Amino acid sequence: MKILTAPRMERCIGCHSCSLACARLVHKNLSWDTAGIRISSSGGLSTGFEARTRLACLPAPCVEACPTGAYSQRKGGGVVVKKSLCIRCGECAKACPVDAVFLDETREPFVCIHCGRCVSFCPHDCLELMDVETGRAEGGNAREGAS
Amino acid sequence: MIRDHFRVLFVDLSSGRGIIETVDGRDTVAGGSGLAALLFDRYALPDRPWDDPDQPLIFAIGPLTGAFPLMSKTVCAFKSPYHDQYAESHAGGRSALSLRFADYDALVIRGKARTPSCLSLGSRHLDLKDVHFLWGMDLFKTGKMLRRMYKGAGHRSIWRIGPAGENRSAMACINVDTYRHFGRLGCGAVMGAKNLKGIVVLGDGTFPLPEGKEYPKLFAEVHRKMTATDMMEKYHNYGTPINMAVLNGIHALPIRNLQKTSDPQIEGITGETFARDTLLRNAACAGCPVGCIHLGFVRERFMGENRYLYRQVSYDHEPIFACGAMLHVTNAFSVLALLDTVEREGLDVMSAGVALAWATEALEKGVISTKETIVPLAFGDEKTYREAVHHLGAASNDFYRLLGQGAMQAAKHYGGEDFACVLGQEMGGYATGEVFFVSQALGLRHSHLDTGGYSYDQKGKEPDVDGAVQFLLQDERARVLLTSMVSCLFARGVYGEPVLADCLRSIGYTTLADSTGALSGHVQKLRWQARLKTGFDPRTVSIPKRFLEVETWRGPINEAYLHALKDAYAEAILTLARTEG
Repeated sequence: MKILTAPRMERCIGCHSCSLACARLVHKNLSWDTAGIRISSSGGLSTGFEARTRLACLPAPCVEACPTGAYSQRKGGGVVVKKSLCIRCGECAKACPVDAVFLDETREPFVCIHCGRCVSFCPHDCLELMDVETGRAEGGNAREGAS
Repeated sequence: MIRDHFRVLFVDLSSGRGIIETVDGRDTVAGGSGLAALLFDRYALPDRPWDDPDQPLIFAIGPLTGAFPLMSKTVCAFKSPYHDQYAESHAGGRSALSLRFADYDALVIRGKARTPSCLSLGSRHLDLKDVHFLWGMDLFKTGKMLRRMYKGAGHRSIWRIGPAGENRSAMACINVDTYRHFGRLGCGAVMGAKNLKGIVVLGDGTFPLPEGKEYPKLFAEVHRKMTATDMMEKYHNYGTPINMAVLNGIHALPIRNLQKTSDPQIEGITGETFARDTLLRNAACAGCPVGCIHLGFVRERFMGENRYLYRQVSYDHEPIFACGAMLHVTNAFSVLALLDTVEREGLDVMSAGVALAWATEALEKGVISTKETIVPLAFGDEKTYREAVHHLGAASNDFYRLLGQGAMQAAKHYGGEDFACVLGQEMGGYATGEVFFVSQALGLRHSHLDTGGYSYDQKGKEPDVDGAVQFLLQDERARVLLTSMVSCLFARGVYGEPVLADCLRSIGYTTLADSTGALSGHVQKLRWQARLKTGFDPRTVSIPKRFLEVETWRGPINEAYLHALKDAYAEAILTLARTEG
């Protein structure tokens, strides 16, 4: 079981390539909102960037909060969302302590599914897909200088 | 988002209301530069002055904005306070993607707000707030306040002016997201004249992408070219300041108000020196994985007992040339301190540096005195320049008010026109020779980015008037296609015409993809027509004597060649603008 982590955010340059990749490849949207990872500056551009993405909580507060069973716990951490069961109540977003659930204007939730498709689009190797059992990273960007 | 027309938001500042209109022309002007020229032609008042409240301030993005890497720029078009004619200035940051996700192809601002105001817009809101308490505030404080007042950190773009814009300086910029700028030709003064201190664009929209694999596959291919090859290395490694040592080495760097073109002391302000001693980190425009923005630091002891403050300052070749080489400030930290001061005032860094270089030589020569300059300007004296920058932004006296209208305006009044380094506006950082000088003097934006004239000079060809004019016209045309999409010009090596056509086709712009050749010529003409209609006559442009005294690695400037090229290019511009079709 793999989870997406953002261990090197101090390298982030704020290009939003990860969010755009998630929206494009997972959700088929042009967006920097409807994505499982969203980038924001932390108090103005001079103080760097932070990633709003799931922490793969175990147990996940959003699963507890979901009244219709749309959210279920994923083995190894994180959640699986069945959108057909979602009634757009927004309780998942309210329950999330780290603002990792994005609700669009119809209150449809967007969360990270830990697929790792954003990872290779990060030019500074801020992100990695980590195997929960072994603790090892996979994927990543092969650019020189990245470690 | 993908539409065969333009969705344009028109805001009337006097009422605080907006209307959304559909504008035709997607397949003939694409967006960006083309759309800006089209909107200017339709809504500007060529015979009325730049600060007439009814003049439009236009911001336009393109059909590929946000959809592909480095499609990350916004074109700002306006009637310029610098020459009272049509002008374009470009910026990145998060400006383009924010406008895209706010779901507008262009924003047109008309009227004048009753009180100093801030305009806020997104895909689901529009409001104009009174911000009289921000009037007079420098750019940094203004940024902090606006960030606190409006939501959307990370997915918004904040455009703001400093004191220079409020004081209607013709060299006032619009700062974008702290480290980027609509820099040149005074668009900051246009905001000031409209009582507009800030614009906050929230990118809160989402759009469906085409089904199928073609688009994501092409995106991945373009992304790979932008990041995995050496093509972009020069931009993210040392960045544009790599030019400092290169130009100094070939005697083509304007130094000390262009009194010379090479100097051993430039070693203190090369790209390599900045990277080694001052570079803190890189940053990127939204949608660009290259990350060419270089941030250095200024550390200042403000009190005894080791009390320090620090600030981050973005640097590039042009700012270092203007506030370093031209003022002979040859310590990297001193240059950053000066850039920080220029930023605070909301001035165009290139014009400010070059204008102060003229003022320094004018003071040396006794053309003006400290009665005018207030402080004793001297080449290399960064601390005095910082005071002068404040006077320039604040328009402290008649001299600085006039200097803020351009170095040549001041020179015409006080004398010293021969050594005002003005090519349409204060020069760019290249003393490469005849083709660059003519290119900037006559170019539509009077920018080093109008064409690659500096690169043509460096190819060392024999004087060839016809060949050079053909190069200038064709290179401008190629760049106009990119600035209509709207791509960063650093991506020009990747985005050739066939690649652009593939990109357009992959997201559904089929007709546009098939018409890029005709379109670029049409937009090139449209822009020149807008410029000529507002009073520009390329035949009347003169190039100051200082440029004729320059010596490069090729020896002295060939004066006859320069004049023949200027005359031929002027005629070619007129012919182009008058062509039928």
